[in-house]
Amino acid sequence: MQKIAIVAYSQSQCVPQAGASNEVELIMPRLQEVYEQAGIRNAQDVDFVCSGSCDYLQGAAFAFVSGVDALGAVPPIKESHVEMDAAWALYESILKIRMGQAESALIYGFGKSSPGELPIVLSQQLDPYYLAPLWVDTVSLAAMQARLMLESGVISESDMAAVVARSRSNALNNPKAQLAAQVSVEELLREEEFVAPLRKHDCCPVSDGASAMIICTAEKAMEWGKPYALISGIDHRIETHNLGMRDLTDSPSTRTAALGAGADSGPIDVAELYAPFSHQEIILSRALGLGDETQINPSGGVLAGNLMMASGLSRIGEVFNRIISGDATRGIAHATSGPCLQHNLVAVIEGAA
Amino acid sequence: MSEQQDMITDIKTPVYLQYNFTAGKSPARFLSQIKQGILTGQRCPSCQNVYCPPRGSCAACGVATEEEVVLSGKATVQSFTIVAIPIPGNPIKPPFVIANLVADGANISFIHLMSDCVNEEVHMGQRVEPVWKPQEEWGYAMDNIKYFKPLDEPDMTIEDIGKLALNAEKV
Repeated sequence: MQKIAIVAYSQSQCVPQAGASNEVELIMPRLQEVYEQAGIRNAQDVDFVCSGSCDYLQGAAFAFVSGVDALGAVPPIKESHVEMDAAWALYESILKIRMGQAESALIYGFGKSSPGELPIVLSQQLDPYYLAPLWVDTVSLAAMQARLMLESGVISESDMAAVVARSRSNALNNPKAQLAAQVSVEELLREEEFVAPLRKHDCCPVSDGASAMIICTAEKAMEWGKPYALISGIDHRIETHNLGMRDLTDSPSTRTAALGAGADSGPIDVAELYAPFSHQEIILSRALGLGDETQINPSGGVLAGNLMMASGLSRIGEVFNRIISGDATRGIAHATSGPCLQHNLVAVIEGAA
Repeated sequence: MSEQQDMITDIKTPVYLQYNFTAGKSPARFLSQIKQGILTGQRCPSCQNVYCPPRGSCAACGVATEEEVVLSGKATVQSFTIVAIPIPGNPIKPPFVIANLVADGANISFIHLMSDCVNEEVHMGQRVEPVWKPQEEWGYAMDNIKYFKPLDEPDMTIEDIGKLALNAEKV
């Protein structure tokens, strides 16, 4: 399988409200930063561009088309879009390169979630006949999942708070994080419940921003002469939309995707997991079989800041950063989509040997 | 089971979502000026093209259009159509003229209405000027300009449309 090189990555600061900026204005600075890192001029210097976003977030029809204004599509470029997290735009780009139709690709994801009520907006991703008309929001669904786990004894509230405490503490080293603090499990457990059994800190915050990445063949990366890391495997699996049919205390789709990506063929120094709720990080690390040798979410993860439609791509970017800095030699990145971890993507990222 | 179920042809699941809309930093600058009765454009630092109205970036170069220029409002017809049928939700009675106009000093066209004109005589290259609503009705909107009307000036040759040298000053 052809390995794909990551040569550049940039993420904006996670902010609760990006103010007056529109999507183009959120995207452009990220693109300029990855062009600079890769040593290219603009989107004309890559063979393919793919973005991930969701128009429901800012409530503007065809917002993703406006996003193309950030690219400089004159003369015309090869461009595509997924109405998903940009981790899946990365997936599409990798397929494009593996099919021999491109040697390099620019990927970006953006989300301005603050204009709407995000948990309510996300209810409209549910099955349109039985669930969406009930306006079941994502936090309530996650709370039912957490209750299943607590009542069946597979986790305790302290386990959940420990995830949050580690996220807040790790985020102190992440200048892009929205929520960072030194806080104890005891302090967290003293806070009141929000959507029981979830406390507010068990839920990721709403954040506005964007991220971008440039990938290419290993040959192209050597030609560009920039430091790079290799995506040695990537796979994604989805579970049924019928929540009643799923074992919500487990994530078989994550486990299968990890096997498909070849996660088990070597040690995992670092794992960046897209867990929007504290208990979901535990589900994911168990499904992936992660042990003490793996540092989980050193960036703080999405509990420290969640850029809808960009956070999945950012997980891959965070692992890339740690491999480039020498903090890790092999890691996995995970992205999720849908309620209660319905759809999961796993990528394996390694240092260039 | 009954022998034959009625076919379900529709269910009603209305969607109401509320948003706090923001136009963007660059459109906000444009809209604030037009509220004062001033038509502006924004110049691309890379290709020098002036966008009116601006959206935040030069779509050709992918860079922010920071420099703002004041435009006179005079414009040239780049293309047009005469609408002969009523458009649902549109209060304007047909027939009416919708034109693609390039403001003097700008390089990219925008769409607006033409009126006070003989529809059959509207043509490409025709010079036009804005007719503003009364000042007390000005808002953050493109329709502060009610419509454009013909200007008694020689036509512009078609290949020159969008290339008029800019005499506008920086704001």
